[in-house]
Amino acid sequence: MGRAGQAAAITMEDRLKMEPILDIRNLEAGVDNRAILKGINLTILPGEVHAIMGPNGSGKSTLASLLAGREGYQVTQGSVTYLGQDLLALSPEERARAGVFLAFQYPVEIPGVNSTYFLKAALNEVRKHRGLPEVDAIEFLSLVKDRIRLLELNEDLLKRAVNVGFSGGEKKRNEIFQMAVLEPTLAVLDETDSGLDIDALRVVANGVNQLRRPDRSALVITHYQRLLNHIVPDRVHVLMDGRIVRSGGKELALELEDRGYDWIVPTEPVAA
Amino acid sequence: MDANDSPPARLGRFVEPFASVAEVAASDGEPHWMLGIRKAGLARFAEQGLPTLRHEDWRFTNLAPIEALPFRPLPRPQARAVSVADLDRLSLAGMSGLRLVFVDGHFAPELSRIEAVEDKVQVRGLSQTLRADGAWLEQQLACWHEGQDRAFRALNDAYCTDGIVLHVSAGVAVAEPIHALFLSSGIEPGLASHPRNVLVAEANSRVMVIEQYASLGGAATFTNTLTQLVVGEGAQVEHVRFQDEGPEAFHMGALRAVVAGSAQLAAHSFALGARLSRQNIGLTLAGPGLEAILNGLYVTTEKRLADHHMVVDHAQPHCASHEYFNGILSGQSRGVFHGRILVRPDAQKTDAKQTNKNLLLSNSASVNTKPQLEIYADDVKCSHGATIGQLNPESVFYLRTRGLPVETARRMLIHAFAGEIIDRVQCGPVRQALDRLVWDRLERDAQVRLDAAAPHS
Ligand SMILES: Nc1ncnc2c1ncn2[C@@H]1O[C@H](COP(=O)(O)OP(=O)(O)OP(=O)(O)O)[C@@H](O)[C@H]1O
Ligand SMILES: [Mg+2]
Repeated sequence: MGRAGQAAAITMEDRLKMEPILDIRNLEAGVDNRAILKGINLTILPGEVHAIMGPNGSGKSTLASLLAGREGYQVTQGSVTYLGQDLLALSPEERARAGVFLAFQYPVEIPGVNSTYFLKAALNEVRKHRGLPEVDAIEFLSLVKDRIRLLELNEDLLKRAVNVGFSGGEKKRNEIFQMAVLEPTLAVLDETDSGLDIDALRVVANGVNQLRRPDRSALVITHYQRLLNHIVPDRVHVLMDGRIVRSGGKELALELEDRGYDWIVPTEPVAA
Repeated sequence: MDANDSPPARLGRFVEPFASVAEVAASDGEPHWMLGIRKAGLARFAEQGLPTLRHEDWRFTNLAPIEALPFRPLPRPQARAVSVADLDRLSLAGMSGLRLVFVDGHFAPELSRIEAVEDKVQVRGLSQTLRADGAWLEQQLACWHEGQDRAFRALNDAYCTDGIVLHVSAGVAVAEPIHALFLSSGIEPGLASHPRNVLVAEANSRVMVIEQYASLGGAATFTNTLTQLVVGEGAQVEHVRFQDEGPEAFHMGALRAVVAGSAQLAAHSFALGARLSRQNIGLTLAGPGLEAILNGLYVTTEKRLADHHMVVDHAQPHCASHEYFNGILSGQSRGVFHGRILVRPDAQKTDAKQTNKNLLLSNSASVNTKPQLEIYADDVKCSHGATIGQLNPESVFYLRTRGLPVETARRMLIHAFAGEIIDRVQCGPVRQALDRLVWDRLERDAQVRLDAAAPHS
C-alpha cells in the first residue's frame, strides 16, 4: 500500500497538535437562491485521507468546486481555512499554486493546447510560488516520464492536446498523472474511479498512494467502496442533501456498500 | 450612408488621377494594349462606382470611409528610403528565399532578392513583364472573368502599376516559398496602391507564394490588390495572403483562382491589420478530382472590420473543397463572413465543407456570418456551419486550477483557436513564422487583454 503506512505511524495525539490542512466550518453555499451545501463541518489533518460518499445530487461536486474556486457559487455562511489561510479569498490559480488540486469528475477537453506545454507551464507556476527556479527541459522530461509510467499511460498522450480524444479512463488517469507531477498538498478527487476498469482503478489508486506523505492530504469523493479498498481512508463521511450526516472509519464505507443510504436518517448535523 | 445621387461628382476623385498614371505608364514603355485595359477599367468603374450597403454582397461593409478619403495613386515610386531594418522588422522572419518588395505599388528592386531564380521559373514584377513578355501577360490578363469584386477589379485594371508575376513551368517544383512584400509607405492619407499579381503554376508543378501587406507609416492608405492564380493539372500550390496593414489602412484584396483537375490548392488568408479589410475569394474548380482548401484567420480589435467573402464554384465532379475560417474579435470590432458554395449539375461526388467559427472577446464585438450552399447535383456531400461564442469558462477554469494565471489561460485558449487555422499551413517555416507573429500580436494587443479580462470580473 505504498507509503500509506508512514501516515499511519503518526499517532492520533500527534495529529491533534498539528495544524489542519483543511478546516471547513459551517459552510453554507448555493447557486442563485438555492442552497446546496447546508452547513458542512470537516477537518482534515496532515497525512489524512478522507472519503466523502453520498447520493447523486447531494452536493459532493459542489463542495469540490468550492474548494477549487469555481465561479458561480455563493457562500452564504461559514469558512474554509487551508493551512491557516482563508481559502475562499484566493483565486483558483492561487489555490493551485498553494497546493490545492482538483481531479475533475469530468475532465475538460482543451483542443489546441498541447499536454506537455500545458503541464510544464502549470508546474512552473507552482514552482515559482514555492520559490523554485523553472524546471529545465531534461528534468521535466524525466519527471514526466516517471509519472506517466506510474499511471501506466501511453507517452503519446503527452503529444496530444489536453484530454482531446482521450478515452474516459485515460482522462481520469490523466488527472492523477497531472496531480503526480504537481504534487499537491491537498488533493480533491471527484469520482476519479467512475468509468475506470478494475485494472485502471488499481493503477490510479496506486498513483494516489505513492503520493501519500505525512504532510499531504486527500479528499476522495466516490460512490464505491471498491476504491477505498485501495486508497484506505482515515475517515469516511456521508453527505446527504448538503450536510454531513454521518462520519466514521473505513468500515462505514463497507456498511454503505451493503445497506445503501436509506438507513441513515438525517438528524442533527454532526461535526466531522 | 449611400450617396447614389450624383455619380460623377462622387467618383471624380477616382477618375481624376488617371491621365497622369496612364501617361507615365505609357512613357515608361508599357505596351499599348495595356492602355486599353486601363481605359476599359476606368469606364467600368465610373459606371458603377463603389458598392453601397444596398448591394447584397456588401450589406455589412460600409465603404463610405474609402470614398471620403483622397485618392492618390502614385504614377512613379516615391523617393523614400525603406531601410533593411524596416524590412527585417516587418517581413516574416526566417524567410530566406526569393523576395520581391513593392512600395506603394511599385517594385523596389534594391530591396528585393530575386537572383536565385530556378530554371523554368519566371519571377518578375508586373511592369517589367509588360515590357519583356507582353504577349504572354496579355493572354493572362485577358482571360479573366468578373467576380463580386467588380468595382475594385475595374479600379485595379485602371490603376495597377506593379505586382508579382510568377510562371512556373510544367513539372517544376520550386523549393522555397516565394515572398512578395507589399509595403504602404503611409506618409500621407489616401496613398493608393493597386498591386496586380499574376501567378501561373503549370501542370504538375509545385510552388508556395506568400503575399504580405504591411504599412510603414500610420496614414489612412488604400490598398486594392488583385491576384489571379492559375493552378494547372496536378499542380500543388500553397498561397498565403498575410494582411497586416496599419490600423488606419483600408485593404481590398481579391484572389481569383482557377484550378485544374487533380490539382491541390491551399489558400490561406490571415487578416490581422487594417481599419477595414475585405478579402474576395473566388475559386473555380475547373477539373475533376482536385482538392482545394480555403483557410483563414481574422483578428480584429477596436473599431476595425474584417470581411471575407468567397464563392467556391464546383463545376466538375469528384472535387473536394474545404473552407475553414476563424475570427477573433475584441473591442467594438466586427467580422463579416459570407461563404457561398455552388455545386453545378455536373459536379457529382462533390465533397464540400465550410465552417466559420468566431470567438468574441468582448460584448461589443459582433459578427455577421452567412454560410450558403447552392446545390444542383444530387450525389454530393456538403456541409456548412457557423458558430459565434466566447471562451469556454469551463476550459478557463480547468487551466486555472492547475495554477495558470487567468490571463495566460485565456491567451492559451485564444492561441489554440488561432492555431486551428495556422496549423493548416503546410510549409513548416512559414507556419512557424505566422504562429509567432499571431502569438506576438495577441500578447501585445492590450485591447485583447483588456477585453479578455472584462467579462470575467
Ligand atoms: N452551477 C450550478 N447551477 C445550478 N445547480 C447546481 C449547480 N451546481 C450544482 N447544482 C445542483 O446542486 C446539487 C448538487 O450537485 P452536485 O454536482 O454537487 O452533486 P453530487 O453530489 O456531486 O452528485 P453526483 O453524485 O451525481 O456527482 C444538484 O441538484 C445540482 O443540480
Ligand atoms: Mg458529482
